[in-house]
Amino acid sequence: MSQERTHTDHILPNKTYLLVAAALLVFTAITVRVSFIDLGGYNAIAAIAIATFKALLVSFFFMHLLYDKKIYLFVFSIGLLFVGVFIALTMFDTLRRADIYDVTAEPIQKDAVIYQENPADSTRADERSGQH
Amino acid sequence: MSLAHNHPAYLAHHFSDMEQQKASAKLGMWIFLLTEILLFGGLFCAYAVFRSWNPQMFLNAHKHLNVILGTVNTAVLISSSLTMALAIRSLQVDKKRPAIIFLLLTLAFAATFLVIKYFEYAHKIHLGQLPGKFYTYTGIEGTNPHIFFSIYFAMTGLHGLHILVGMIVISWVLVNTVKDKYSSEYYTPVENAGLYWHLVDLIWIYLFPLLYLIG
Repeated sequence: MSQERTHTDHILPNKTYLLVAAALLVFTAITVRVSFIDLGGYNAIAAIAIATFKALLVSFFFMHLLYDKKIYLFVFSIGLLFVGVFIALTMFDTLRRADIYDVTAEPIQKDAVIYQENPADSTRADERSGQH
Repeated sequence: MSLAHNHPAYLAHHFSDMEQQKASAKLGMWIFLLTEILLFGGLFCAYAVFRSWNPQMFLNAHKHLNVILGTVNTAVLISSSLTMALAIRSLQVDKKRPAIIFLLLTLAFAATFLVIKYFEYAHKIHLGQLPGKFYTYTGIEGTNPHIFFSIYFAMTGLHGLHILVGMIVISWVLVNTVKDKYSSEYYTPVENAGLYWHLVDLIWIYLFPLLYLIG
């Protein structure tokens, strides 16, 4: 009985967990550092790439996906796949609307306090923001 | 051992053995985690849409988030994931005391995260950097800056709620560990609580760069 169990439960050494956590902290520092360097439009891609690498470390080692039954990895991947499909199809719509219609960003409420030229002069701004 | 005839209390009647029971419980947990990914997926989609519509506003608004507090909170959550993993490992090798200590540490890290989040929220509420019609702050250039804070509060708020639920679940498995209910033979509830906790960490790993570290 106990011999069978050692085959089914993969007990990782403490060292693995500590190394993974150290790697996660190092990559957190890297992603903060990189965000202050102008990569000319590639900042978002770099941030997502680093986050994805960290997510792989967490799921493969902390969540044991690398060692457990592959059906758990399958269920997890299906979830990520459908979030990807969901976002990609939505973006096809919203990013291309300007090709057909004349769409520009405009205030939802033009008379909102945040769009007033000089909020300090306005009594409405005084009432709403309190401190000014 | 006469397990075949007189099965242990933690093995339910409708499972033939512990391995089958554990595999079923974990599959159920992963399917629940899948629904959690889809739940947050909706918010990530909203983020993608509004950021693509207002790239400059997002850039201006995100500068009002505190990168240092965000970084500290990321480190706190990673540490809590580590202690959670170590707590499960301690149970796997039948070390009850270290398991209790690691679970307590996980709870402490979770509480630290929420305290830091409280200070961040309190500062934003004070300045009026609030979602939708409650937004009164005037220092951000760009169209509709309140949208950024709507998304910020929706995403971090739902995530914070998950931290709170995680703390309740971890407290529950902690009490049961103290009561000697778990051993290397049976620790599935702790393992599933761990899976949930790591997912909450995983979502923050994406929230942090997307909200605090834009370009």
